[in-house]
Amino acid sequence: MPRARRSVLPGFGLSLGFTLTYLGLIVLVPLSAAFARTAGMGLHAFLAVVTSPRVLAAYRLSFGASFAAALVNTFFGLVVAWVLARYQFPGKRIVDALVDLPFALPTAVAGIALTALYAPNGWIGRWLAPLGLQVAFTRLGVFVALTFIGLPFVVRTLQPVLLELEPEIEECSASLGASRWQTLIRVIMPELLPSLLTGFALAFARAVGEYGSVVFISGNMPMRTEIVPLLIITKLEQYDYQGATAMAVVMLIASFLLLLIINLLQKWSRRFQGI
Amino acid sequence: MSAVATTLSSHRGRAAAPRATLDAAWVRWTLTGIALVFLTFFLLLPLAAVFTEALRKGLGAYFAAFREPDALAAIRLTLLTAAITVPLNVVFGVAAAWAIAKFRFPGKSILTTLIDLPFAVSPVISGLIYVLVFGRHGWFGPWLIDHNYRIIFAVPGIVLATTFVTSPFVARELIPLMQSQGNDAEYAAVTLGANGWQTFWRVTLPNIKWGLLYGVILCNARAMGEFGAVSVVSGHIRGETNTLPLHVEILYNEYNLVAAFAVASLLALLALVTLVLKTLVEWHAGNA
Repeated sequence: MPRARRSVLPGFGLSLGFTLTYLGLIVLVPLSAAFARTAGMGLHAFLAVVTSPRVLAAYRLSFGASFAAALVNTFFGLVVAWVLARYQFPGKRIVDALVDLPFALPTAVAGIALTALYAPNGWIGRWLAPLGLQVAFTRLGVFVALTFIGLPFVVRTLQPVLLELEPEIEECSASLGASRWQTLIRVIMPELLPSLLTGFALAFARAVGEYGSVVFISGNMPMRTEIVPLLIITKLEQYDYQGATAMAVVMLIASFLLLLIINLLQKWSRRFQGI
Repeated sequence: MSAVATTLSSHRGRAAAPRATLDAAWVRWTLTGIALVFLTFFLLLPLAAVFTEALRKGLGAYFAAFREPDALAAIRLTLLTAAITVPLNVVFGVAAAWAIAKFRFPGKSILTTLIDLPFAVSPVISGLIYVLVFGRHGWFGPWLIDHNYRIIFAVPGIVLATTFVTSPFVARELIPLMQSQGNDAEYAAVTLGANGWQTFWRVTLPNIKWGLLYGVILCNARAMGEFGAVSVVSGHIRGETNTLPLHVEILYNEYNLVAAFAVASLLALLALVTLVLKTLVEWHAGNA
């Protein structure tokens, strides 16, 4: 690395060496164990595990509920980010700080709190029960927990972009005769699109792997309300290491693909903003 | 310029046309209303539920939950885990940011992505991979059993899994910060005769202290609250390998709801303190 050596600053070898060693020992070697274990089990056995009906049902639920939750978060996240970036109201700073609560609140706490709220005798559940809506211990509960957990992603991705939008563009659009609605759809939205997609992907990626906030509210019925991370733990507890690992590898590949997509989206949005 | 415009428009009174970038009043009220109702249902009510359920049987029952030896052991283990994990990840984060922000080398963007990798991995899988390495049937399992070491279902496994999950926090805060600050201050220090450590302690560290603190706060919150990864490697041995979140789960599953929510309220307080500190650091960093 001749270019690195030319720098006058010291510590390149030490800092990079430590970083690579640490990353290798803590992250890469353990992760490779999952792939090595799966490679050892053979394609046939691998496919038998990941296409069994119970596993497929778990994948459908995890990905489906995560998609729905991320979609809802994209809509409400846009509204919240817009309100926080554009309007003034009393208590705004507190609301702004509170948006990060799902990042800061341990997932197990979120899980039991949401279950208490949506149980048939809970604060929210008791109003939904007469309508025939049961949230706790159903797929709807999984969706509610995943919506909670993904909430900050869209808001925090959009907020800085909204704050940096130049008002001149909107003034220009208005002075050229566009209505507020036209300005919103044709001028502001295209600028926000990359960040909206990034926020959606981040919320989705987080929801797919989520465990703590879901297990309490989902009821964990096989084929119906069992998410992938829970089924992995169930298999581990039954000493079915191969089954657990095979399921995990599918999830890991999905996560890495999502990470790749998110990186590309972020590059795209940076080019969009001309930074 | 904009100040002048605002003064002008306010002088013209209510009849004046609203500024082109301002939404109509009913739009503002509706959107603010939707946002606040949504946040009330998804943030405020869960938080209120934790404290209400915890205090359902009064303060006596609430504090009794913390006098349990198992609860005290869980608090100790949680503090111990954070006390080991956070410093490790601070050193890692600073080293990674120094290498990535101060030097050019091939493969830099791949390294940055790899540092973020644990964020993309499900917590349960973060625990599972350590079971595959150190568990009874794992790579080093037989050797560990022969030498009477325990990693899985013991404290080292909890620390390792937590370290994995929280490893990106400090690094991802510092890398963009140090990149945006550039190398000029460090070049000046080195030119004036400072050695590497002097440059780091006296020049770089004061410049990144708020970012570092921010990363530490987030890293600590996650280290104390991690549930999925720790759940896989802990083995749930009461009084020995239970962290606070796992203790909450056990109490909840035993239908000891008041105690479960009391312990959960401790973690919720931790979350609130985290949010307050985080906001303060953001203000400081913004004003600095």
